[in-house]
Amino acid sequence: MPWNFDDDRPIYLQLMERIRHDIAAGVYKPGDKIPSVRDLALDAAVNPNTMQKALSELERAGLVHSQRTSGRYITDDRTLIQKVRKELAEEHICQFLRQMQHLGFSNPETLELIEKKLEVQNHETDS
Amino acid sequence: MRPILECRNLTKKYRNFSALSGLDLTLGKGEIIGLLGPNGSGKTTLIKLINGLLTPTEGSVLISGLAPGPESKKLVSYLPDRTYLNRHMRVREIVNFYMDFYKDFSREKAFSMLDSLDIDQRARLSSLSKGTREKVQLVLVMSRQADLYVLDEPLGGVDPAARDYILHTILTNYSEDASVLISTHLIADIENILDRVLFLQKGQLALNATVDEIRGKHGKSVDTLFREVFKCWQN
Repeated sequence: MPWNFDDDRPIYLQLMERIRHDIAAGVYKPGDKIPSVRDLALDAAVNPNTMQKALSELERAGLVHSQRTSGRYITDDRTLIQKVRKELAEEHICQFLRQMQHLGFSNPETLELIEKKLEVQNHETDS
Repeated sequence: MRPILECRNLTKKYRNFSALSGLDLTLGKGEIIGLLGPNGSGKTTLIKLINGLLTPTEGSVLISGLAPGPESKKLVSYLPDRTYLNRHMRVREIVNFYMDFYKDFSREKAFSMLDSLDIDQRARLSSLSKGTREKVQLVLVMSRQADLYVLDEPLGGVDPAARDYILHTILTNYSEDASVLISTHLIADIENILDRVLFLQKGQLALNATVDEIRGKHGKSVDTLFREVFKCWQN
């Protein structure tokens, strides 16, 4: 299944984001071997050189590392992965808050709505 | 490293009309390149010059350092914009025909692709639909182990599922030692698999940039940029 991309940004950045997200979400576990550039490019239906660039950038950020003969691996630095997870969470929250502000909700109002929603969800899981 | 394609001041004139004028272009190995431009911008002229079907009025074109001729044709696998195959031949016969012509042709690869496209090897070309004939021709071209693949609109006549298969085939076939030059109008379909795009406009190179350079610089896809650059009317 080809991956989906936004039209307005470089593809390699979007590949990086997707893989970064998969690392944070545990789709790839710490220390996992990742598929070859060729296989990843085929899976995403993108140019292999673009995929290569995305992986090199992730390598530079320390999220993956390559072993000369045996391929590429996800970092086993769990602190780093936790940090990425928190960064992604923060991005999602900021985006959500921007949208709520756009709709005219103040932050306390938004918080109140979230709490209500969570209460309902808790009831549903209890029953 | 010797470039796979080198055009110097490449010019083709038909009487007073310049189909291609003063084109300077160098393409390296291991790239998938989109050749884009409106109708009549010179795409097919360039492709025919690369394949020795036209001779330049001025300038030169070299393939791995060779002028177009029998030696360069061993290196280039070419999908023309129209079919030249004998319609009375059966698919299997054409595959054997290609075997005889090209040392780098893989019969196994051809049959395996024909199978995945559900094309009957015993069928005569004349009994196949236009789209299926185009698929056969593409299979033949992609079954060679060439240095340069030149595909003149490989996507236009086939259905979306077959387009995906063709793009998948190009990616599967990707090698650091070979390049693929693809002319097409279906930019959105092909954009993600390209390294680089060339925009031709009135026989001149209007743009030569990587897809991500364009997206980074303009904040829009190659498809959108093309529609703006070559807009046919004013609002």
